[in-house]
Amino acid sequence: MSDIHFEGVTKVFSRGGRPFTAIDGIDFHVADKQFISVVGPSGCGKTTLMRMVAGLDHPTAGSVAVAGREVTGPGPERAVVFQQFALFPWKTVYDNITFGMRSKGASRAERDEAVAYYLKLMKMEGTEDSYPHQLSGGMQQRVAIARSYAIDPGVLLMDEPFGALDAQTRTIMQEELVRLARVNPRTVLFITHSVEEAVYLADRVIVMGRNPGRIREVIDVAQTRDAEAWADHPIDDVMEMPSFTHLRGQVWRLLREEMGSDR
Amino acid sequence: MRRRRALWPYALASIVLFFGLWQGVVSAGLVSNFVLPSPVEVLDRLWTMANRPFAGFLIQEHLASSFLRFFYGFALAAIIGIPVGLAMGRFRLFEEFFTPLFESYRYIAPLAWVPFAALWFGTGIGGPIMVIFTGAFAPCVLNAYRGAQLVDRHLIEAAQTHGAGEFRIAREVLLPGALPSIVAGLRVSAGLGWQSLIGAELIVVSSGIGYVLVVGQQNLSPDIVMASMLVIGLTGLVIDYLLRFAEARVRAKWGAA
Repeated sequence: MSDIHFEGVTKVFSRGGRPFTAIDGIDFHVADKQFISVVGPSGCGKTTLMRMVAGLDHPTAGSVAVAGREVTGPGPERAVVFQQFALFPWKTVYDNITFGMRSKGASRAERDEAVAYYLKLMKMEGTEDSYPHQLSGGMQQRVAIARSYAIDPGVLLMDEPFGALDAQTRTIMQEELVRLARVNPRTVLFITHSVEEAVYLADRVIVMGRNPGRIREVIDVAQTRDAEAWADHPIDDVMEMPSFTHLRGQVWRLLREEMGSDR
Repeated sequence: MRRRRALWPYALASIVLFFGLWQGVVSAGLVSNFVLPSPVEVLDRLWTMANRPFAGFLIQEHLASSFLRFFYGFALAAIIGIPVGLAMGRFRLFEEFFTPLFESYRYIAPLAWVPFAALWFGTGIGGPIMVIFTGAFAPCVLNAYRGAQLVDRHLIEAAQTHGAGEFRIAREVLLPGALPSIVAGLRVSAGLGWQSLIGAELIVVSSGIGYVLVVGQQNLSPDIVMASMLVIGLTGLVIDYLLRFAEARVRAKWGAA
């Protein structure tokens, strides 16, 4: 059971000596194994929200609890996939994927098995001895995702993981992530700029507003997605289905209102 | 990597020209060989010192004892300095605590420590090692510190969120991340350490190249003084070359990343 509980979460930064409220009193509950996308205009504090779950930032007021325990610092049960991949450049693919496993004391055999499993799943067999700079951006991010999955975290945090990839690679990665999430469901908090991506991947989409950062609306996708059997279609077809475009339009309108609100 | 044009002919030309001029000036009788001994005299003297003990030992034994002191002091500076520098780069508290100390320490010449080095650790091996240490320490710390500061913050956060403790972060993230900077620092540090050692030997000990130089001066033998200077310079060159080689290796492996 790895649910996330936000309770009155507020984050105030000091910006140029003056306090700046990045997040203002967020209350929210993410159920175990639920995939949540977070979208919002820049400056709405979505990355800060994720970092507080990771334990890399701390709320000024309120609390974040994962699996009933308040978050006080970073830990392997809340692995983060970063936009910049953050692979260790001096480590091979094998050593990168197994970095977290070694923290947990996994045996050599377990590590071998995990690397073989993920490289096969991501069609990257034979790259275990390569260094990150020898791989394409898409492959690097696959390795980073495998590194996080490999430690079997209760919660997976993704901060615009596909933001640095080209459009084609991005589409492929979105499909793969859905596939991965199906064989290996996790509680996921997925931060993104892309509305399509948010709707396609998530069970629920959180739309955030800014000044101050808060939850504007939560849109349920799971019901429609299951009813329309998106999973049985390739991503391009899904994105042209009326059920998808309807939800996408809904998220878009909210976002546009948010962006216009302080102009 | 792009191939560089061979530059060694220029280096060779500079050496030949320099020693040629030097020999020429002395041979032509422009200066007395007491003021400036000729290269041939110096090499001749060096050859003699390599075969007959001077100031108690053969020149290569003096060199070995100097080098050993240098190595201990330098290794000590690296072993203590690198972790301190990494910790300063990692923790604000360390940074705030150590920075003022280092900023002032940096300006105290290693030679200024000689009296205390002799007082605390004696004139045998301990004192000179401390003098080398004081010369070599600051660049080790500062380069590890700057190197650690330049390590991508996301790498540290990735390590933290994948369960790594501080020790593992230091060893597997900060150290390799800062390595190019550290190796560059080691070069500076070796140079300063070697210089400080000779300085220390001028004053306190009874063996080593610096000591040979002092005895040569006392004997009014400019060729001995010059011969020791030659050995000091050449050894420095070899040390620098070895570290340069290490630096190139690190860059070749890290730079591509």
